[in-house]
Amino acid sequence: MKLDVRMPIGLMFTALGAMLMFYGLVSPTDIYSRSLGINVNLWWGLVLLVFGLVMLFFALRARRARRAAPSNTR
Amino acid sequence: MPHIHLGAIDYAILIVYFAFVLGIGWVLRRFVHSSDDFFLSGRSMPAWVAGLAFVSANLGAQEVIGMGASGAKYGIMTSHFYWLGAIPAMVFVGVFMMPFYYGSRARSVPEYLKLRFDEKTRAFNALTFAVMTVFSSGISMYALAKLLELVLGWNFNTSIVLSAAIVLIYIFFGGLTSAIYNEVLQFFLIVLGFLPLVLIGLKDVGGWDGLVAKLQGVSTHAGFAPGAFTHSWRYLGSASANPMGVEWYSMAMGLGFVLSFGYWCTDFLVIQRAMAAKDMTAARRTPLIAALPKMLFPALVILPGMIAIVVTTKSGPLIPMGSDGTPNYNLAVPMMLAHYLPTGLLGLGLTALMASFMSGMAGNVTAFNTVWTYDLYQSYIRPGKSDRHYLKMGHVATVVGILLSMAAAYATTRFNNIMDMLQLVFAFVNAPLFATFLLGMFWRRTTGHGAFWGLIIGTTAAAIHDGLVLPMGAVAGIKGGYLGAVLHTYPSEMAQNFWTAIIAWSACFVATILISLATRQKKSDEDLTGLVYALTPRITERDVPWYKKPATLGIAVLAMTAVLNVIFW
Repeated sequence: MKLDVRMPIGLMFTALGAMLMFYGLVSPTDIYSRSLGINVNLWWGLVLLVFGLVMLFFALRARRARRAAPSNTR
Repeated sequence: MPHIHLGAIDYAILIVYFAFVLGIGWVLRRFVHSSDDFFLSGRSMPAWVAGLAFVSANLGAQEVIGMGASGAKYGIMTSHFYWLGAIPAMVFVGVFMMPFYYGSRARSVPEYLKLRFDEKTRAFNALTFAVMTVFSSGISMYALAKLLELVLGWNFNTSIVLSAAIVLIYIFFGGLTSAIYNEVLQFFLIVLGFLPLVLIGLKDVGGWDGLVAKLQGVSTHAGFAPGAFTHSWRYLGSASANPMGVEWYSMAMGLGFVLSFGYWCTDFLVIQRAMAAKDMTAARRTPLIAALPKMLFPALVILPGMIAIVVTTKSGPLIPMGSDGTPNYNLAVPMMLAHYLPTGLLGLGLTALMASFMSGMAGNVTAFNTVWTYDLYQSYIRPGKSDRHYLKMGHVATVVGILLSMAAAYATTRFNNIMDMLQLVFAFVNAPLFATFLLGMFWRRTTGHGAFWGLIIGTTAAAIHDGLVLPMGAVAGIKGGYLGAVLHTYPSEMAQNFWTAIIAWSACFVATILISLATRQKKSDEDLTGLVYALTPRITERDVPWYKKPATLGIAVLAMTAVLNVIFW
């Protein structure tokens, strides 16, 4: 079995989501005038974070399943 | 034009992305032991991974920048590239053609041509394809560097070297697997990077209804009916009624049939992703799974262009004027990013843009190294060597492919016309190709001579047609009319391209049939088993549940596409 592609995807989006959310919390509000006053960094960071965690969840679950049945790998 | 200023967070996002791209290549190097691993991912990919790579490999510069530009220029009619062109072709290749590609165990599209026809047909296809991939990758690199120079003020040379080095590293170590994994990563990055732009943009213009209302003015100003920018079919009755300047027949036949099927069904760049799938069902489902996100892409890539045309800034229209006094539509998407996204999300959007360029480049490079190594090097230069030898050649071909792409990128900066001319020649070569495959796969009588000369005649027909016609308002030269006389003037360049494709395809189709009938079939029925429809046992998918069957998926995809066509009629 090769690397599960969901692993790097999950890790990257979790990292990017956390970064954007953190920046959304500390950034000055006036930069959001161009995005119609919405703190898009915070909210879209949350979307990325959730997506990343979902990917990680599936990757880890598949890994556990593989470990539980090591002989039955197709 | 003032440059966009990036903050530390933007650079941090870019660096995280680069780290993951390189990391994937580095981790995967352990899995590359044979040429099969390097060029075909050891035929081990699940359908969804191969499927997302299938769309992503095509999601290069042309897609994001070009479709945005077309959206700004022609409106929702641009969606025909998807809902009339790509999707039906992807369903066709998955349901009907993949059994022969995957079932023949050919390692490349040119190799299929060799098995089905003969050496000369393979050599012609392999050579033109290899040259084409290098130049496409070079154009992608050039476009990226030019864009970064214009928008961010980055140094052109640095951008070229940096993008080339990153793509080189991750393909060199991980081969096709690395390219495919990165394409999946890039797919999600592109979707999640552009989606906020679309959402904010739509909210700003008052949703779809607001956009429709605002585009009415644009449409009437350009001399069309108010709805010409927001209806995909209604104004196709005559070429003069829509901004694209085409009528329904050339749209359906030229774009929908010849060009789209020609690309999606025969281009090794995308077919290679399906060939890497783990089994026949996965290979057939690859283009069908790819079709699902593909059908929604117009919202992601065309819509920003359509919004860009109605947005104005303090200093005038959002899309800046080019040096020739017309709007520079290629800047529609980058300008939208800069207009709506604050620092942070801007970094994500620009990273997504770079990801799209890199996936386009990497797709071309992996297709190039495979065709070079298997179809040219192993076939004509050094046959009969060990697998290790060809694996090493794959590494060399990757380096050489990238260096050639860089050379092509620099050639473009010096001789813009040469690039236009090459693209024109490739269009001539590609347009007839689908006729060859269609006849080869579904008519067992098609002979090698028929296929080869049919291709030559189709290509020549395309060149002659283009040499005798011109789009309206153009002068004879690269745009056409180079044979001295102009027999016909098309309302637009697009219409001319569609008709060139129709004529090339028809000429190839007829010539291949006639020459095949006049020549002897050298392949026995046994040779052709698994390569031709009539001589291949039907695939029985007894252990595949009905909802996972390619035919079911294909019908579902077509039904959804039909609904989209009706909604935006």
